[in-house]
Amino acid sequence: MNPQFIMDGLITGAIIGLGAVGVTLTYSILRFSNFAHGELLSWGAYLALAVAGALGYLSAGLTKPIAPFSFGWALPISAVIAIGLTGLLALAVDALLFSSFRRRGSAIIIMVMASFGASLALRSLLEFLFSSRPAYFTKALQIAMKLGGGLRATPDQLLMLGVALVAVIAVHLLMTRTDIGRAMRAVSENPALASIAGIDVRRVIRTVWFLGAALACVAGIMSGLLIQIRPYLGHDLLLPLFAAAILGGIGSVPGAMLAGLIIGLCEALAVQAVGAEWRAAVSFVILIAVLLVRPRGLFGKAS
Amino acid sequence: MTLDILAYAAFFLSMALTYAIICLGLNVQWGMTGLFNVGIAAFVAVGAYTSALLTTPPSPDRFGGFDLPIVVGWLGAAIMSGLLSWAVGALTIRLRADYLAIATFGIAVTVQLCMLNLQPITGGAFGIGFIPRPFAGLQGNALAFSLANFAVMAVVVLALYLALEHLAKSPWGRVLRAIREDEMAAQALGKRPIRFRLQAFTLGGAIMGLAGAAQAHFIGFIAPDNYMPILTFQVWAMLIVGGSGNNRGAIAGAILVWGLWALSAAAVSTFVPAEQQARAASLQIVAIGVGLCLMLLWRPRGLFGEVSPLTRLKALRAAPSKE
Repeated sequence: MNPQFIMDGLITGAIIGLGAVGVTLTYSILRFSNFAHGELLSWGAYLALAVAGALGYLSAGLTKPIAPFSFGWALPISAVIAIGLTGLLALAVDALLFSSFRRRGSAIIIMVMASFGASLALRSLLEFLFSSRPAYFTKALQIAMKLGGGLRATPDQLLMLGVALVAVIAVHLLMTRTDIGRAMRAVSENPALASIAGIDVRRVIRTVWFLGAALACVAGIMSGLLIQIRPYLGHDLLLPLFAAAILGGIGSVPGAMLAGLIIGLCEALAVQAVGAEWRAAVSFVILIAVLLVRPRGLFGKAS
Repeated sequence: MTLDILAYAAFFLSMALTYAIICLGLNVQWGMTGLFNVGIAAFVAVGAYTSALLTTPPSPDRFGGFDLPIVVGWLGAAIMSGLLSWAVGALTIRLRADYLAIATFGIAVTVQLCMLNLQPITGGAFGIGFIPRPFAGLQGNALAFSLANFAVMAVVVLALYLALEHLAKSPWGRVLRAIREDEMAAQALGKRPIRFRLQAFTLGGAIMGLAGAAQAHFIGFIAPDNYMPILTFQVWAMLIVGGSGNNRGAIAGAILVWGLWALSAAAVSTFVPAEQQARAASLQIVAIGVGLCLMLLWRPRGLFGEVSPLTRLKALRAAPSKE
């Protein structure tokens, strides 16, 4: 068997992992599974594309590739701006939709349903604005380098793996070492008690949305750079995201990342062993297996 | 001319009634029991394919074609979709509420894959054609054919409506509502919530399968494209607009939303230039999504929603004290 599947699996896995961290945070702190999370990935990618296009229009020098990568300075700059914009988008959706359900104390399942409606609207809006034709950050072709052991990777792929690693470590440190991180974990344990202890729950909720959206944006840009940008980019990743969040254990950031990598590797293995047309079923099989054997996931607390 | 309009009206209403059947199934799951199903398209598709395989004439390039009567196909469809719902429910209903939603989403994705890739059974992307249509003998006369088909759909919907109304008033229906309103209290009275929920989920899924079969025989042709996630969204919009928990609301919502959908699709195809139509169609979907959210925010009970038994009790108690 060709060991290249390890490289492909790690890259898909990193994208899934970053998205799953956002899913697991919203699930454990806001207490509902957000079906619109996939759309944050797509919106992140398209926002970065739009900003990068505008930057390239202002100054052609920004689009000149930085060796050895395939993209110019326009992409990293637009990525930073897009992260902010995606965060704002998530906050806006929360303010318009989810906050009123929280205020009324609606049943969780109503919020799940609202997120389902929001995902439909957000996705089709992208289709309306950018059409369903695939788009690319760069037209440049890259030659894969040999890494030894039969593995090959392009410089872009290696950079993105590095970015994913840094992002997850940063989130983990934020959750464990800072005040807002401790506040987030407190709210996830017991919101009523946390607010009595003087924690600003609304600030925690805003942070969760922003953080989840920022990671989703990074994952969307990764997926857009390494594969392509489509309005269905996030929707097609939604099942793997949920599977990873549940496999990792709801609320566990390292768990979500590790589970993302596991799912990515399984998908790549299945593509080699069974065929690419069955790729999307892999996360479903893993999800069912987790629900059967260990519903709380690898690092989750028993409910 | 009037005859054409009449034939079209019958066709339109028959189509709307197939959606009404799905909506009634969803109402058993969501309205009566509070179970969230995001994979409606999958259960409808399983029913449609099962019935198609059972009733089409034998075909050399794929499995089956058993040439059985249409009624057998419909029953088979309900049984297969019911079994699938039972399996999904048995796995997830005892876990957190969201897990059922996630699992049904997974089922939708997986069934879509199976339809596309299990070519020897499902015919792949091209689907299955030549599904026998009821009253095929009348096909020469468009009006009689449409009216006969409409009559079949109307009878099925009416029968289901009466059965479900009866069920809702039966002890079984009362237990379901009790569980939905206050699970602890129902449990304290010795009812096992998981078992009742699983039964309701299975029944709902079976009805969706029946709807899939009815639709397949009405159109005469099925393909994976008919069972995209948009179908799930449409049915949800129908139930939420009509009012969950109310069977009449489910039927009215199906006809209303299907009417709006068909009307806006017709408007798009007449007023929008051909190259922009895909874009305009996506705006149509944005409208459904936003509409669903607004309905949840402003009028969660829908147009004809069920009045919660607790509110009714409160109103009854408040009324005499005013006198």
